[in-house]
Amino acid sequence: MRIVVLLKAVPVVGTERLTSDLRTDRSGTLEANGADEYLLEAALKLAETSGAEVTLLTIGPAGATEALRKGLAMGAASAVHVADDQISGSDGTQTVELLAAALGRLEYELVFCGADSSDGGGGVVPAALAVRLGLPYLSYASQIEPAPDGSSVRIRRLNPTGYDVLEAPTPALVMGTQVLGEPRYPSLRGIMQARSKQVQTWTLADLGFEPSAVGAAAARTAVVSAERPPERGGATVIRDEPDAAVQQIVEFLATRRLL
Amino acid sequence: MTTFWAIGELVDGRPNRVTLELATIVHGLAEAAGGSAATILLGPGAREAAAEVAAHGPSVLAAEVDPGDRPIAALLAPRLAALTQERRPEYVFLGATVDARDTAGLLSGLTGWPVLWNAAAVSWTGSGPQVQMSTFGGRLLTESAFTAPPGIVVVRTGAVSAQPASGAGSVEEVALPEVEELPQVRIVERVEESAAGVSIDEARVIVAGGRGVGGPNGFVALEELADVLGGAVGATRAAVDAGWIPFAQQIGQTGKSVKPALYVAVGISGAIQHKVGMQTAGTIVAINRDADASIAEFADLLVVGDLFEIVPRLSTAIRERSDR
Repeated sequence: MRIVVLLKAVPVVGTERLTSDLRTDRSGTLEANGADEYLLEAALKLAETSGAEVTLLTIGPAGATEALRKGLAMGAASAVHVADDQISGSDGTQTVELLAAALGRLEYELVFCGADSSDGGGGVVPAALAVRLGLPYLSYASQIEPAPDGSSVRIRRLNPTGYDVLEAPTPALVMGTQVLGEPRYPSLRGIMQARSKQVQTWTLADLGFEPSAVGAAAARTAVVSAERPPERGGATVIRDEPDAAVQQIVEFLATRRLL
Repeated sequence: MTTFWAIGELVDGRPNRVTLELATIVHGLAEAAGGSAATILLGPGAREAAAEVAAHGPSVLAAEVDPGDRPIAALLAPRLAALTQERRPEYVFLGATVDARDTAGLLSGLTGWPVLWNAAAVSWTGSGPQVQMSTFGGRLLTESAFTAPPGIVVVRTGAVSAQPASGAGSVEEVALPEVEELPQVRIVERVEESAAGVSIDEARVIVAGGRGVGGPNGFVALEELADVLGGAVGATRAAVDAGWIPFAQQIGQTGKSVKPALYVAVGISGAIQHKVGMQTAGTIVAINRDADASIAEFADLLVVGDLFEIVPRLSTAIRERSDR
């Protein structure tokens, strides 16, 4: 069983900023997107229990290498880094095309990806990518169980009142949630081993893309303005004993017509 | 003439809250742009739900379709793609619920249309819709737009209040074209774990708990308060990871973004990952032992004290007030 885990490299949470042309600044330190790490962990558990082979795939600038190195140290066998200066500023549909082209050069039974990304991704890329590749799409997984022969996969898909058990033949794309379980930390041994693991770098030319097909100039969505949100707060503070406090809360809610 | 479509979502045959809000949004955009608007309802119960939705927008296109053992998004996406081919709307709006997000993604894959997601507000600029998003954990408010039509917009619940339109709208039953189905995914089992109460997507009031709630027993007090307020219970990731409450109720970066009229944050410190999911709530009341917790920076009312003393008394006081 071969699993490709899509691992986005995002700016460190809390330090994100826009460039002067209103694009996410990826020139600083990048880290693995938290939502993707749950899927990497799920893939690594399958590697341990059933000998799956895990490959990481990322699209991003040079700084994305750090995220891949961490994933390799956690236990992935190899990594592919799609890097090209022209890619910066691409929109979601271009990202889908690039990922589809990169996956077209890899062999796999399963593609794993996270539910969203901390720098603004809204969780629609996985579904579009599955369609683009002609793969069954299984989403919001809290548990992933490939059949022993790898010919099919079952997942639990979370919904507001419980879950559905979904089944599809492989190859298939699975988008998953944090309920899959906390990602492991790289061990010292893993970090040492990662040094000798292979990271392949592919360019647009390798994927057969014209540079003009991607990047900000070809993007069909754009951020047109950004501002700091109005400050909230200046909270009214109540520090009374419980009965008096409760009375004040009720009055506050009543004044705002919330009762 | 620009055409705007709202894609409705039916829950047990009824339109959910965001469906009526989407109908209101496309109606407003059509008026601003001098265009036309319709709400599309596909799925089991569409015919009956159409009249209720038509009261919020000028027209409804409805078709009964049986999903069988397919996930609903896999049923809707190819049919919506075919309908957009046939009728050529410029902009399509969906909710940010789990199923509608899947539908939006699959639809984008089928049509190649770009997507703007997690819209907190939508306006018309004269040349296209402009979408407000809360970016980077709420540290920035950005406005985004398409460079040209067409486009798909995913809208968070609570972006507008649903407004009944003046005069009842029309309902058209559409004949769906034959479509090529998406690669097969089958539902082999459906498991209900909790009764379908008020969902946090829909709720006007949310009472949410964090690590400070201490355990599943603490959430019982929150449920009682949510109950008297007619609201739903939410939670931070810490409370979900601890297993005190299901993931479906998680609010924040890796959970849901919500915009209720009232958000009561109990034992929640207000970490950025949680803030991003709830900071646009109408009124935020925080109950916390620690007066210096970050939630003090964005709450409207901060009650410093022991939640186990305050929350049950608050439930009682509100119940007595409404019984008067």
